[in-house]
Amino acid sequence: MQAFDGLITLIVFLPVIGAAAVAIAGREQMLVRRIALGAMILDLLLATYAWLSYSANGPIVEQLGQYGTDPWIPGVNASYLLNIDGLSMPLVFLTVLLGVVAVLGSWHVKERVREYHVWLLLLLTGVQGVFVAGDLLLFFLFWEVELVPMYFLIAMWGSGHREYSAMKFVLYTLFGSAFMLVGVLALRFAIGSFDMSAMTLAGQEDTLRVAFLGLDAIFLMFLAAFAIKLPVWPLHTWLPDAHTDAPTAVSVLLAGVLLKMGGYGLIRINVGMFPGEMEQWAPLLVILSVVSVLYGAAVVFRQTDLKRLVAYSSVSHMGLVLLGVASLGAVSVTGAALQMFAHGTITGLLFLVVGIIYENAHTRHIPDLGGLISRMPVVGAVFVFAGLASLGLPLLSGFAAELMVFLGSFDAYPWQTAFAVLGIVLTAGYILWTVERVLLGPLKERWQSVKDASPADFVAMALLVLPIIIVGVYPALVADVFRDTVTLLVGGG
Amino acid sequence: MPTQIDAASLGIDFAHLAPEIILTLVAIAVVLVDLVARDKSVLAWLSALGVAMAGGAAVWLWTSDASGASYSGIVITDLFGTMFKLIVLGGTLLAILFSPAYVERRLARFHGEYYGLLLLATVGMMLLVSMGELISIVLALEIQTFALVALIALLKDEKSTESALKFLLLSAVATAVMLYGMAILFGLTGTTFIADMPAIVAERVADGGVANNLALILAGVLIIVGFGFKISSVPFQMWVPPVYEGAPTPIVGYLSVASKAAGFAVLLRLFIVVFEQAGLDALDWPLLIGGLAVASMTIGNVVAIIQTNIKRLLAYSTIAQAGYILIGVAVLGNGEANVYELATSGVIFYLAAYTFSNLAAFGALIALSPPNGNDSIEELTGGFSRSPFAAVVLTVALISLVGLPPTGLFVGKIYLFYGAVQGDLWWLALAGALNSFVSAYYYLRPVRRLWQSSDSDVATSEAARSLSLRASMAVSLIGVITLGIVPFWLISRATEAAASFTP
Repeated sequence: MQAFDGLITLIVFLPVIGAAAVAIAGREQMLVRRIALGAMILDLLLATYAWLSYSANGPIVEQLGQYGTDPWIPGVNASYLLNIDGLSMPLVFLTVLLGVVAVLGSWHVKERVREYHVWLLLLLTGVQGVFVAGDLLLFFLFWEVELVPMYFLIAMWGSGHREYSAMKFVLYTLFGSAFMLVGVLALRFAIGSFDMSAMTLAGQEDTLRVAFLGLDAIFLMFLAAFAIKLPVWPLHTWLPDAHTDAPTAVSVLLAGVLLKMGGYGLIRINVGMFPGEMEQWAPLLVILSVVSVLYGAAVVFRQTDLKRLVAYSSVSHMGLVLLGVASLGAVSVTGAALQMFAHGTITGLLFLVVGIIYENAHTRHIPDLGGLISRMPVVGAVFVFAGLASLGLPLLSGFAAELMVFLGSFDAYPWQTAFAVLGIVLTAGYILWTVERVLLGPLKERWQSVKDASPADFVAMALLVLPIIIVGVYPALVADVFRDTVTLLVGGG
Repeated sequence: MPTQIDAASLGIDFAHLAPEIILTLVAIAVVLVDLVARDKSVLAWLSALGVAMAGGAAVWLWTSDASGASYSGIVITDLFGTMFKLIVLGGTLLAILFSPAYVERRLARFHGEYYGLLLLATVGMMLLVSMGELISIVLALEIQTFALVALIALLKDEKSTESALKFLLLSAVATAVMLYGMAILFGLTGTTFIADMPAIVAERVADGGVANNLALILAGVLIIVGFGFKISSVPFQMWVPPVYEGAPTPIVGYLSVASKAAGFAVLLRLFIVVFEQAGLDALDWPLLIGGLAVASMTIGNVVAIIQTNIKRLLAYSTIAQAGYILIGVAVLGNGEANVYELATSGVIFYLAAYTFSNLAAFGALIALSPPNGNDSIEELTGGFSRSPFAAVVLTVALISLVGLPPTGLFVGKIYLFYGAVQGDLWWLALAGALNSFVSAYYYLRPVRRLWQSSDSDVATSEAARSLSLRASMAVSLIGVITLGIVPFWLISRATEAAASFTP
């Protein structure tokens, strides 16, 4: 299959077109949902097509004008350049897939449905743009585009301290991106344009030089932005708040793909463009990653809010991503990328299930729940499934990813890896304990009439269960694609 | 020396002042028509027509290649000036378009005076950007200041009068400071013509008088500080909050963009020609102006956080925005020829995007503000259900003011910061970016209120239905978004304009 001109642009901006259609669709709720769902399903088909084209013909590049001739911002030499390579492809697919799930998972949203879907679709465009941008300024633009929709989605449709959490999310990200912007501009002067592939090339050949700033400083500027987004302990505090107060579908997207922006940036920019500096800082990052893994997992035990619990488990799992990245081997970085993909589907599913439970039981307070599986067999079964995937049960996608990370990092950092493996034990503990407290035990009186998943929920869950199994059984499907690009960035095979 | 004095030998060429002459005539016509017209709305349309004609004349001057100096070098016609004239005229046009509903409600007795003074203030600003001689600059400055004082006081209530007085007094102080600087400059060079100064200054500096050198630096500092008033930056920012709170809202919008643009035009003209060509490096200009920029940004943004009145919030916002633009001026002080064009075009682009963004915000505020004239942020609650269009416009405007994509000020900031990094001032870019981060906090708060459901069911305000107001909001909105997505046209024009006057 051959990619056609404008394929990536279409994939990225189809949600915007959907948002425009939703905005003029009027107040008919069902129509709004159908338009949004239609747009995302179409997008999913396009992304699948792009993947097939990628496997047949390799990376897809799209550019409007060339550097130096017809740039997007003249004088600055920024260009509209998009590309999909091995690192982007699975993440783009994941974003679109979770987009479909998010629309389905929002079926129960009753308040201001039109505005909600406009923001949701705009958010998806921003995230996809980050994964496909081939121009560093464009990358930065998409990085910031995502903020406003996210702010609205949490502050308007969230729960609890939603305004506080939404603002915290925005401010944390903006704080990081202030540094990133200086880094972006500094790299421009090293290369003469914002072409990311040229930057990577120069970085790999160690010819990247900036007159006025040390490479270390630029490296750290990018690291600050991505570490906040990933998030790495101790910069993670925005995450539990944002997750807890966000509406279900937004939590799914936040855990599923927004955190991946941080991991993607680390691999693409910190590893790809600053291999020397990365090597230098790797030991520190490994320690931070182990702390993230253990701290995240330990704090989970103290949570009584189901969503906050999953949020902290996210911190723990994203720590493994950092461990894989910082170990700097082809296997470990590929494992980290695969972990991002797996975590996107698994934690997305967990948030979805938690959202469904909350929607039907109107509480997420764990001590109040119990015995739900007898009234919600489907939701309960999926919860158990997602939990098992999360603790790394073999033949599910989390296992393959974690195994690759550990195998890759053990050589370089045996002790640190051993501590990180301890995190897996903790994960098994809290997952099983949570399942017991929420689903098993005697059914409480007040949950007698709790309903099971709606058809929309069911389809949404199925869409996430499938990739968890498929990637778990045959991880190479995704891992090989990641590896195509990762080997170019870290060398070796 | 010409032995026979006639128009040609003095270089008197009415064509070069065509936009200003047209506007002056229209201003007089507006006042006269006010005496006979029953339907006062005709005044707004007449004024808008006048501004459009002046804009047409400015564009004609641009395309007809009528550049150069006239009136013995007092009037300079170049792309740079034309660009700024168009920004000023654009701001004026939008302000006029969103005036009728407000004037009808709050200033019913002063239709003629309102539009007449507005046009005269614009004439002053347009003269300001094209003057090449110090005394004329001061005259142009006074024309606009007096018109503005009257406009600010027009509401005739306590706040309005008080703020007009503050504006007048501080303006006087700032002008005095600036005049002092100009006097020193004249004393050193013996000329008031900007074009003649570089050679003389260079000569004096070459002669080696350190005293002269210091005096020149003093002159530069005083002029920059004095212009801080016009561009509403530190250290002359004190007038901004009371005036924003007290003056008629359309006038505040107008003041915030047009006056600022004119101020920056003169600052650039004076600064680049006089100080840069002379190659003064006894003072670290980037540090001085960069320091002012950082102070403006930080004070504006931090104090804005605690505001509860939306107009005061926008007042501190405008102080902060002046700080971002000063980054561009600071880069000029770096003295490298290759960054002149970049920094100047950055300032022009930013001002254009800022004009659209800020006027979009003020237009939407007029549409959304309750009839009782209460400007607290709380009053915006439920704005979306009252007037969805105005709410969308205000949202986009504030997002642009934060500097988030896809809006004009996102590109504007990138462009300015890029210039700063190019000019070895990466710390200024970082300070600017960190300030954007701070500003998100207070810009997003009113936005949140807008989209919240309101408890009380307030009917769509009268103002929100005004056709001209909706039109001006639509134009601003399109401007903000267009500059954010396809900035290249304006950037190319701005670069041409910068090239036309940089040495």
